[in-house]
Amino acid sequence: MSARPPKETRDPLARKKARHVAPGKRSRAMHALSARAAQGRFVLQVCTDCGTATYPPREACPNCWGKLAWQDQPTGAEVLCETEIRVSTDLYFRDHLPWRMGKVALDAGPVALVHLHRSLTPGDRAVIRTMLDRGGNAALFALPPSGEIDMTDPQLREFVVPIVGKTVLVSDARSAIGLAVVKALHEAGAALVVAGMAPPDRALGAGAEILSREGVQQVPLDIADQGSVMEALSKIGGPLDIVINTARHVRAGGVSANANLVEQRRAFDVAAMGLSRLAQATGPMLAGRPNGAFVDLISSDALAGSASHAGFAAAEAARLALLQAFRAEMRDAGVRVMAVFTGPVEDEHHQRVPPPKVAPGRIARSIVEALTQGHEQTCVGDVAQDAMARWLEKPALYAREKNL
Amino acid sequence: MRRRPAPYDNVAVCAPVTVPYQRFSNETAHWWAGAALRQLRDTMGLTPRDVDGFCFASFTAGPDSAVGMVQHLGLTPRWLDHLPTGGASGVMALRRAARAVQCGDAELVVCLAADANAIDSFRHGLANFSRFSQDAVYPYGFGGPNATFALITDTYMREYGVTREDFGKLCVAQRANAGSNPLALQRKPLTMDAYLDARPIADPIHLFDCVMPCAGAEAFIVTTPEIAQRRGLPAASVLATIERHNAFPEDPVQLRGGWAMDIDSFWTAAGIRPADVDCLQVYDDYPVIVAMQIEDLGFCPKGAVHKMIRQTDFTIAGDLPLNTNGGQLSAGQAGAAGGFQNLTEGLRQILHQPLGEQVPDAEIALVSGFGLVNYDRGVCTGAAALKALR
Repeated sequence: MSARPPKETRDPLARKKARHVAPGKRSRAMHALSARAAQGRFVLQVCTDCGTATYPPREACPNCWGKLAWQDQPTGAEVLCETEIRVSTDLYFRDHLPWRMGKVALDAGPVALVHLHRSLTPGDRAVIRTMLDRGGNAALFALPPSGEIDMTDPQLREFVVPIVGKTVLVSDARSAIGLAVVKALHEAGAALVVAGMAPPDRALGAGAEILSREGVQQVPLDIADQGSVMEALSKIGGPLDIVINTARHVRAGGVSANANLVEQRRAFDVAAMGLSRLAQATGPMLAGRPNGAFVDLISSDALAGSASHAGFAAAEAARLALLQAFRAEMRDAGVRVMAVFTGPVEDEHHQRVPPPKVAPGRIARSIVEALTQGHEQTCVGDVAQDAMARWLEKPALYAREKNL
Repeated sequence: MRRRPAPYDNVAVCAPVTVPYQRFSNETAHWWAGAALRQLRDTMGLTPRDVDGFCFASFTAGPDSAVGMVQHLGLTPRWLDHLPTGGASGVMALRRAARAVQCGDAELVVCLAADANAIDSFRHGLANFSRFSQDAVYPYGFGGPNATFALITDTYMREYGVTREDFGKLCVAQRANAGSNPLALQRKPLTMDAYLDARPIADPIHLFDCVMPCAGAEAFIVTTPEIAQRRGLPAASVLATIERHNAFPEDPVQLRGGWAMDIDSFWTAAGIRPADVDCLQVYDDYPVIVAMQIEDLGFCPKGAVHKMIRQTDFTIAGDLPLNTNGGQLSAGQAGAAGGFQNLTEGLRQILHQPLGEQVPDAEIALVSGFGLVNYDRGVCTGAAALKALR
């Protein structure tokens, strides 16, 4: 086994680094663009009358005054000009100077100011990625045509969550998902993965050998128990960069029929109250880090009620609501709060659910990708992708159809 | 065929006023406006009762507009205008006031620009400048206008073969002109070496390509020749003006300004040629915009400005005196007053009331404005030719 990357540490006597976020004021139309960028889409407004694409976001077509609608766009572009900003009055950018930016002609039509990758110069072809900046707003980043994210570029690192050398907490590492996530983060170069060992203390499934590797530390952790959360965090020596909340309580059951209130209560205690406990305890720790992130694994059942898993879906819906509020709270600290949605998983809890189901390893890979690509919202697997698409299009129809 | 604008009959421009700039000041825009009017009172005996038209430009008077200013300053005008157009506001104020006087809507219009500059107010002003800037400019490094004009300069240099030395010659000449202007904030001579060695701000923009934001006020009066004469005020006539906003929106990078759309009709209406101009007062937020105006106003063909710069002496004693007060690059940029100082300076030169050295026998001044980087380029442009009434 190769040597683990050195773990990042902090001198406890050193002056704490003040952290700032990118300027956050935006128009309503720009927030609409950001909401789509959070889903990994590159959209621009297109006139419903003349078809002209426009940017920056407007409220009427500048070509014919027609109405505008958001549409996905080709991501190609040509670099027109460049500059390296060496002086700024903004506190966030002052911490990151010099800053490369430029102007591109988008294949979609308009020109746009962009964050410019260090390898690009005027005349070059580029691909445009809409990424979320430290303030949580969409920003266009021009990358080389391969689209590859170069983790050594300090400017690009501001838009993603590096894993190498970081300390990561996985809230429930005992489940099939948890074990896969620990393994994926370990392999992605995390210096220390703190594996939360949730009760009950039962035999571990396949892949449990990861927990005894160098760079993985097991701590007892029940996020349904405030005392357990505090004690587990006290055992992490040094800073905490990333929290991955894999805890969930999946049980079938209805509301009046086949209902089990004990299971329903436990689902809420783990998914909803558990998220709050974990967020309260780790939020301040993440806020002190240069690239803090909180990733929540959440069921696509959170989008609409489920007759077959009523209590579970309700708890996951509550979890989603809390996650959105937590994201808003952490915005000022520049901590990314990300959601990875999944449908039924290929695990012990979904034995009676027919395929398609998502393999735990695939969920783990999606979590690593969400971090390293900076995706605020990811849907992994066909069921979650289908649910999100239908919910985005017609939420009321989706809620009906889902439970027919 | 577009209708030709009527000539500016019976219009006199007079009484240029500059309230000495300060790099930082705790005084408000209202205070600076009051100081400009007080200067008009002290030099020509003007009172609030004499003013029946008022045109105001400012970025920092908020929450007040021209409306708040008239009550604040005790005016009872029958004609009122407010210009949010910054660097183009001087020429635009002149155009509007001239037509008001010519048509009898007002007899004596005070055109006034005033802006405050407290420590840190530049940053606050930037952060709330425009919706497009907020959405699509500031998030990209928050370089302010320096970054926007760096991109324009980068493209312009590559497209037209203009070098840093060419821009340097403009800046060095303007600094030399500032030498005799006691009100200029920067009067120490600038050498080409110092210009070239200056620290980079946003490549290819370096320190001496940038203006120094400051507080100040500028004003002038537009009235009839009879009133000007009765008050004993030397005055100038308006030969022609143009104005254009959001010109050439299809140009991916701004390499030409709105002047280029209307410049032929401008010279026709003025009845003169570029060679007849005795002093050229163009808007100079960055030297690239000076170079652009030299081309777009017709002093040389597009793309030939590097030759023109290399062959021309732009100092007060030279063949084309340029920004004879030092321009904003040396005198300072007092917000919207930066769009007035080129007009008051042009007026002073042809009225032979200079702040510093006089351009010998100056009769005709060309004044040009450029304003408001709403997104990736200056949106507002204008130009005016003034000739002394003697």
